[in-house]
Amino acid sequence: MSDHDHHHDHSDLSETELRVHALETVLTEKGYVDPAALDLLIETYETKVGPRNGAQVVARAWTDPDYRARLLADGTTAITEFGFSGRQSEHLVVVENTPGVHNMVVCTLCSCYPWAVLGLPPVWYKSAPYRSRAVIDPRGVLGEFGVTLADNINIRVWDSTSEIRYLVLPQRPAGTDGWSEEQLAELVTRDSMIGTGLPKQPGEVA
Amino acid sequence: MDGAQDMGGLNYGAVEPEPNEPVFHAEWERRAFALTVAMAKPGGWNIDMSRFAREDRPHADYLSKSYYQIWLAGLERLMLERDLVTTDEIEAGHALQPPKPGAAALTRETVLPTLRRGSPTLRVAATPALFKVGDRVRAKQMNPPTHTRLPHYVRGHVGVIDLVHGSHIFPDTHAMGAGEQPQWLYTVRFDGRELWGDKADPTSSVSVDAWESYLDPIPDHA
Repeated sequence: MSDHDHHHDHSDLSETELRVHALETVLTEKGYVDPAALDLLIETYETKVGPRNGAQVVARAWTDPDYRARLLADGTTAITEFGFSGRQSEHLVVVENTPGVHNMVVCTLCSCYPWAVLGLPPVWYKSAPYRSRAVIDPRGVLGEFGVTLADNINIRVWDSTSEIRYLVLPQRPAGTDGWSEEQLAELVTRDSMIGTGLPKQPGEVA
Repeated sequence: MDGAQDMGGLNYGAVEPEPNEPVFHAEWERRAFALTVAMAKPGGWNIDMSRFAREDRPHADYLSKSYYQIWLAGLERLMLERDLVTTDEIEAGHALQPPKPGAAALTRETVLPTLRRGSPTLRVAATPALFKVGDRVRAKQMNPPTHTRLPHYVRGHVGVIDLVHGSHIFPDTHAMGAGEQPQWLYTVRFDGRELWGDKADPTSSVSVDAWESYLDPIPDHA
């Protein structure tokens, strides 16, 4: 399923490149798409909408107990306080990690992912190995991300089979008393909000 | 349908995380993504129709395509089915027929408002919810030939209602052009051992979102 940057030696990908170009030409000539709108869509998801959005949400939940309560009660409304909303996050549920519970999100059926707070999903999230094994062998999959949890921690896997999107609220790392929201957001990784990673520790950021 | 997209519980090997992964890996992926998102408006299809157009293909074909190649194949199919383009046009790389009347493009001005709005699926409930948090339910044994969002690995298994999400568009009918027909939507949690047997991780559970008609009640004394 991987198709990284190998198109120089794979003729099928060259065919794909030609086909996409042909299709865009046809659709533009017929007036169905506006190339300027396509450029803005790409720019938005490459530069504006990404996991830094979710990191701000998590950092606020770590510092503001009222916000944390609002976020867990109604994630969809709580993220609008940052101006985040809409496509692929129309209905957002935030699930909280605790000392005894670790949450992990997958979409076994396709690639459902909370775009408004995490941007577009990485290739591994959309890949057959993750989609097939996250539900049956979550500890094994976590191990492939370098994450080892104690045997007594319960793992809750959330399979996004509807339009509800899930975001993991990781635990705030120890040793961060007095840190600002901006500093804390630097500790929040994309994978920690999917549940395939943990936040960085204070010593890992400058 | 039990297409190749329904992967839960199978084994496709080790996950390969990619450090510092770019959002797109090639220019054609950028364009395929944008074309797919932008064509929903003039095309008039919904997300459930797009999902069915991607998954309704032989397993080998689905598994041999990369992610955005599957998107592209689904997009072409949706457009061909609606006579928005012809195969001759795609082969020629130029328009050969006049456009379909009334298919208005997404404009640069409407991109951000459209993304912000999204497509919420919550609808007013026509009936009271059959289940409440804590109820035990059994996922139905079913394999319709058309689109469904009940993954095969939970079918026949017993879980507990964990969340009640209100009444949402029913994808099985929505994908077929048979209307929204909203139903109550629940998160149902299944113990790992219930799904996978004694060798499963005893500390694991898997939750899926299931519409009411996917579930059968289990009486308290059962």
